Amino acid sequence: MDIQPVILWTDGLIFALLAGVLVLAWGISRQEHLRAPWAAVGRRPMAMGAALVLGVFVVIGLLDSLHYREKLADSPVDKPQYSVEVLSAFDALVGTLRTRHEKTYSAPLAMHLYAKEFVDHDGQAVRAYPRLQFGGAHLRDAAERRPDLVRRSAIGMAQGLAASLLLFGVLAAWRARRTQVSLGEWLTRWGEGRLGWPGRTLVCMATLLLMLAGVLAHLAAGYHVFGTDKVGQDVLYITLKSIRTGLVIGTLTTLVTLPLAISLGIAAGYFRGWVDDAIQYVYTVLNSIPGVLLIAAAVLIVQGYIESNPELFDNAAARADVRLLALCLIMGMTSWTGLARLLRGEALKLSTLDYVDAARAFGVSHGRILSRHIFPNVFHLVLIAIVLDFSGLVLAEAVLSYVGVGVDPSMHSWGNMINGARLELAREPTVWWQLGAAFTFMFTLVLAANLFADGVRDAFDPRRESGR
Amino acid sequence: MTRMGISLLGTILFATTLFTTASLLTGCSDSWNSPYPGSAKQTKTVYSAFSERPKHLDPARSYSSNEVEFTGQIYEPPLQYHFLKRPYTLIPLTAEAVPKPRFYDAAGKALPDDAPSAAIAESMYEIHIRPGIRYQPHPAFARDEAGRYRYHALDAAALADKTTLADFAHTGTRELTAADYVYQIKRLAHPGLSSPIFGLMSEHIVGLKELGATLEQAARARPDAVLNLNDYPLAGAEVVDRTTYRIRIKGKYPQFIYWLAMPFFAPVPWEAEAFFAQPGMADRNLTLDWQPVGTGPFYLAENDPNRRMVLKKNPYFHGESYPADGDAADRQANLLADAGKPLPLVDEAIFSLEKETIPYWSKFMQGYYDSSGISSDSFDQAVQFSARGEPQPTDSMRDKNIHLITTVAASIWYVGFNMLDPVVGGLGADRQKLRQALSIAFDYDEFISIFLNGRGIPAQGPIPPGLFGYVEGVAGLNPYVYQARGKQIVRRPLADAKKLLAEAGYPNGRHAKTGEPLVLYFDTMASGPDAKSRLDWMKKQLDKLGVQLVVRGTDYNRFQDKIRKGNAQLFEWGWNADYPDPENFFFLLYGPHKKVGTGGENAANYDNPEFNRLFEQMKDMDNGPARQKVIDAMLEIVRRDAPWIYAYYPKSFGLRHGWVHNVKPNLMANNTLKYRRVDPALRERQREAWNQPVLWPIALMLGGLIALIAPAAIAWRRRERTTA
Amino acid sequence: MFAYLLRRVLYAIPILIGVNLLTFALFFVVNTPDDMARLQLGAKHVTPEAIERWKSEHGYDKPLLINQAAEGRAQFTDTIFFQHSAAMFVFEFGKGDDGRDIGTEIRNRMGPSLAIALPVFVIGLLVNITFALLMVFFRATYLDLWGVVLCVVLMSISGLFYIIAGQYFIASLWKLLPISGFAGGINGLPFILLPVLVSVVAGIGGGSRWYRTIFIEEIGKDYVRTARAKGLSELRVLFRHVLKNGMIPILTGAVVVIPTLFMGSLITESFFGIPGLGSYTIDAIQAQDFAVVRAMVFLGSVLYIVGLILTDLSYSWVDPRVRLQ
Repeated sequence: MDIQPVILWTDGLIFALLAGVLVLAWGISRQEHLRAPWAAVGRRPMAMGAALVLGVFVVIGLLDSLHYREKLADSPVDKPQYSVEVLSAFDALVGTLRTRHEKTYSAPLAMHLYAKEFVDHDGQAVRAYPRLQFGGAHLRDAAERRPDLVRRSAIGMAQGLAASLLLFGVLAAWRARRTQVSLGEWLTRWGEGRLGWPGRTLVCMATLLLMLAGVLAHLAAGYHVFGTDKVGQDVLYITLKSIRTGLVIGTLTTLVTLPLAISLGIAAGYFRGWVDDAIQYVYTVLNSIPGVLLIAAAVLIVQGYIESNPELFDNAAARADVRLLALCLIMGMTSWTGLARLLRGEALKLSTLDYVDAARAFGVSHGRILSRHIFPNVFHLVLIAIVLDFSGLVLAEAVLSYVGVGVDPSMHSWGNMINGARLELAREPTVWWQLGAAFTFMFTLVLAANLFADGVRDAFDPRRESGR
Repeated sequence: MTRMGISLLGTILFATTLFTTASLLTGCSDSWNSPYPGSAKQTKTVYSAFSERPKHLDPARSYSSNEVEFTGQIYEPPLQYHFLKRPYTLIPLTAEAVPKPRFYDAAGKALPDDAPSAAIAESMYEIHIRPGIRYQPHPAFARDEAGRYRYHALDAAALADKTTLADFAHTGTRELTAADYVYQIKRLAHPGLSSPIFGLMSEHIVGLKELGATLEQAARARPDAVLNLNDYPLAGAEVVDRTTYRIRIKGKYPQFIYWLAMPFFAPVPWEAEAFFAQPGMADRNLTLDWQPVGTGPFYLAENDPNRRMVLKKNPYFHGESYPADGDAADRQANLLADAGKPLPLVDEAIFSLEKETIPYWSKFMQGYYDSSGISSDSFDQAVQFSARGEPQPTDSMRDKNIHLITTVAASIWYVGFNMLDPVVGGLGADRQKLRQALSIAFDYDEFISIFLNGRGIPAQGPIPPGLFGYVEGVAGLNPYVYQARGKQIVRRPLADAKKLLAEAGYPNGRHAKTGEPLVLYFDTMASGPDAKSRLDWMKKQLDKLGVQLVVRGTDYNRFQDKIRKGNAQLFEWGWNADYPDPENFFFLLYGPHKKVGTGGENAANYDNPEFNRLFEQMKDMDNGPARQKVIDAMLEIVRRDAPWIYAYYPKSFGLRHGWVHNVKPNLMANNTLKYRRVDPALRERQREAWNQPVLWPIALMLGGLIALIAPAAIAWRRRERTTA
Repeated sequence: MFAYLLRRVLYAIPILIGVNLLTFALFFVVNTPDDMARLQLGAKHVTPEAIERWKSEHGYDKPLLINQAAEGRAQFTDTIFFQHSAAMFVFEFGKGDDGRDIGTEIRNRMGPSLAIALPVFVIGLLVNITFALLMVFFRATYLDLWGVVLCVVLMSISGLFYIIAGQYFIASLWKLLPISGFAGGINGLPFILLPVLVSVVAGIGGGSRWYRTIFIEEIGKDYVRTARAKGLSELRVLFRHVLKNGMIPILTGAVVVIPTLFMGSLITESFFGIPGLGSYTIDAIQAQDFAVVRAMVFLGSVLYIVGLILTDLSYSWVDPRVRLQ
């Protein structure tokens, strides 16, 4: 099928960020003293397990950032026309999950709607739970459901296990060859945890994830694994789509924060005097205004901009995307002050050290001192701040959506899901699956990020002894 | 014991104390979760809520329903709607009788009642007020022994210890006079009050516009002085004697009589305004805008808009009795049990601030609110449909003796087309067909079932049921969107829409010549949890035609701005009736009321000369077959032109507990609290039964804490022993 | 000391002006005075004349920042910005756009805000320190490890979940406490228990973990080793030295928060229907009541600056080596 690629603003930035991270990683891997702390992170089972989970989220997020528009079925060859609906590689991957809409709520793995309706039963209107259009549509009656679920889960699990065994075999063979030991010897080392990296944790985690993916894939093919929402959309699909929103907010915001925090924080600490005064002034002012107000104002300004330039944002995806970007920008603008303050203090301390004084006495330029002596010595602080902030930002999105200044209501996000789910909890019988799904995914992501951040912090911050 | 042990213990005790203090303080008398701790029981009190604080309680300013909910009980305009009768009927409230207008020509000569409207230059309403009506007790009326007003010349020292009206020791009252009504009409023109109906009324009441200009000049000349309205005459409102006043209206305006049942035309005593105008009052939030002074059955006893508002029975209320003239259905619904009893039937009404629907619903189910609306999310819990499709409360509701009240609101929701838009606007035949096609495609029958749980009626035109001009059943269907199948009204098939779309020049949603897809833009200010699913639904509707819809979500201001400038294409809007007359809906489509240019209420900017002509004819007619004929012709025009997609007339469903009586939804009357009766003993019993606290979670929590800490304590001991 | 305070207060003035200007700019980029008028006047039957009248009545018919038409000083003073901002520096907040006196409103709402924020602060501090000490005491055992994991788990749950779960279980399902609302005096107690409980629980994860690291850092210091070498029992070491010295960063870190407690919590208050300053701010933002928004931002920044000064003072108080200059 013909497609027209669409690069939304956040897509571009995400991939730029990815490229930046890859370049940085390459740079780090070539320098021994930079690599050492990362190697320390790599030795922590908890951190690496978390990293694997994070990786899965990131891959889904990246797939969901490859946008395109489909060509309309009957459009002329010479002048192709495209749908206004923007899809992503992820949508293409999950296929019918996106389009299989029921009428309204249905419980996870259900084959009936959640509310009674009048169903035409042998010419008589009877109040009953109507069958779903897609969920469990292949079943003849309710008795078949349980065996079918078990069968699908078992197949999924088996496939996941098989895949992971295969991967493990390849990995083992490869590592064994690389380290030039026999396969058996390598396996023994692996089993005893003597590999120098947390092989057991990673392999177990990967197996777990693959099995989960297998089960999900098999169940999702015939059912709505997390049920459906009010208009009958598959909640699993919505939750997965929300991953990208969470990741974008967590990462792009830091992209805004970093240049501001680093340049202003270090400048204030290093140059002191009026520069320090001016920068302190700016961040005290920013700090003393409630963040919600700044964010609300920014979101409204962007909306006004969108309204006055409708030709720039001709589809819903672009409009929602610009709002998301604006949210990242303004959250970055409000959250750089903390890190800047930290860096200022550190730069203040560093700039009084003897070797910096000496460098200054020899007439080394400010730029050189900053880049050679100051920045490398505060870099670990920056890194720690990035990983720590990430989870906070993902959580903040949910709160902002509640206040009504979060991402666009048409965008899939956990904040929007939670916001909607509050009303569903008041139903009787309770509709809990949308909240449950959002909770599970958000919790997993944030927990993984926090655990990873812990690992990074312990490895990079020399002062912090874990006391154990 | 060491300090470590103490802090351990402290943690254990934390949860315990939290709950036991609650039970100690309140548990002996109230349920633990009672939102009214320490309040008296078994009183004739109505428990209700307000979701946002009313902005204005000044009768010249309050307009929105959450404001009128209060002012309607406190202020008494000359007329009111009959509580039980349908169609809505005006009856006198403080007036002796419903006034009949007298008509005059340009020369001031009296005309007969059936004079043609063109000949009528002025209509005059003469209103007689019943004598002996007195205001609520209020410090503004308090006089000392010498007969001077006690609180009309207060200095800063006298005001120092006053923060609420209750701090004034003396109160007084006064008899209601016709002058108070005239005074209030003048207040509509007061520049400082910005009355929402000043613009509208200055078109109708003789001299009101001029009075507004004069007052504005006077206010400009002396910005700090208080305007004394008694010094400025109003040509269109004059006091005849103590209990009689006259209002003069330009031309003929039969709908004016309905305005006389709204708080805008309620009396305001000049003493109150003089009292609140004293320096220092406004700094204490003591203003007429916040402290109403009326003659009604209730007065505002407690005014804390951040928490609760309490209405109490007015001891000087002039007395009114419960209506006895209801029909058989009313009798069956037990609405006539109190016939002839003196009103009001309750002593007090407590309105608590409740911004969110979830706590409201929870408290209603726990018996702490007397009645509740039904949100779409609690619908399944509350309502089910009988085999014949009639809504009824579910078994769980019936177990709790909760009753369902349903009514069709005098409102309409519609999707408007901006008639100035080059794509969807214009009166040409192809544009008509495009709009008709879209009208069919937007399947509002489905919308009603998904989003409203069936609480709506698919609209057939601009006039909602219950108003003159609405035609019931298949006779009143919109033939461009619906068709009759027997006695059923069914939506035309999608094929019809596709055919119309092709005829409009967009076969399969593509422009016939260029082949470009038809992209439409839908503007909405919907936000919040539900909006997303609704907007997705919108898109799905046009997908059926191959037409692409782009939803542009925006905030209130931006939306209003777009509508005003005519930059929207499709938009969603609604209208609530001000009064039960079709004019109040048709004027939304009247050309000279266009939004763009004139700032009127015609948001679609629809302007069809034939319709305009019929509208001018219809608005002055009395209800009857002749008027129905004109209305039918008008309906045909707007259905064919389809400037709106007539979405639905909302039905409002409400629930009331078994201890609440005399509830009959009345969409026009706003003073129905006085008819309400409650059974406090039953309420008390039910509340107790429904609010037994569940205690095992506390035990579980404590157990969990101990399980968590016990191993720690053991480990600590062991360690102590090894180090020792 | 006095000179220091004076300097800090003088330094606050440009900050407050900056805050004011920023709020002002943000607000009027978003809302024109016309928008505000329309919002206040309602949706039905609003004429352009009515809007003009509302604007002149509320002083929004002037130019925003610079009045070209005026002469001399009036160029700056006869503007919306000056007219609406100058009085704030003497805490005269004037009236909200809905006609209610803001000063009175703030006084009325401070109590409910404090009734929630103060217990949350104090109980939160106590509970978090207790948990942190527990973990430190059992450091290097399974209790510490799982304690930290539990903290991270608790931290990873969105605050909204705590509120939703608290309301759902404790209030709706088990009927232990009222779901929302407020009352003055002793009657208010049942209303504040739930928000306080939820807020404290929501803060345990982050707080305990942070305090734990502070204590652990303290334990690694030389003087603690010396004390332990002298044969002091573990408990004594913990309370005598670690807790005492660890409290310095904890308390000084907490001082900055104390004045802002007055402002209440935006989210908690609006969920639980507490008529405090937090919900006042949210309502004002939603109702686009600029006068209130500006007053609240101003008050917030004043309290924030007071907090900063208090922090400095508390540093010099607990550590006499820090001199104020």
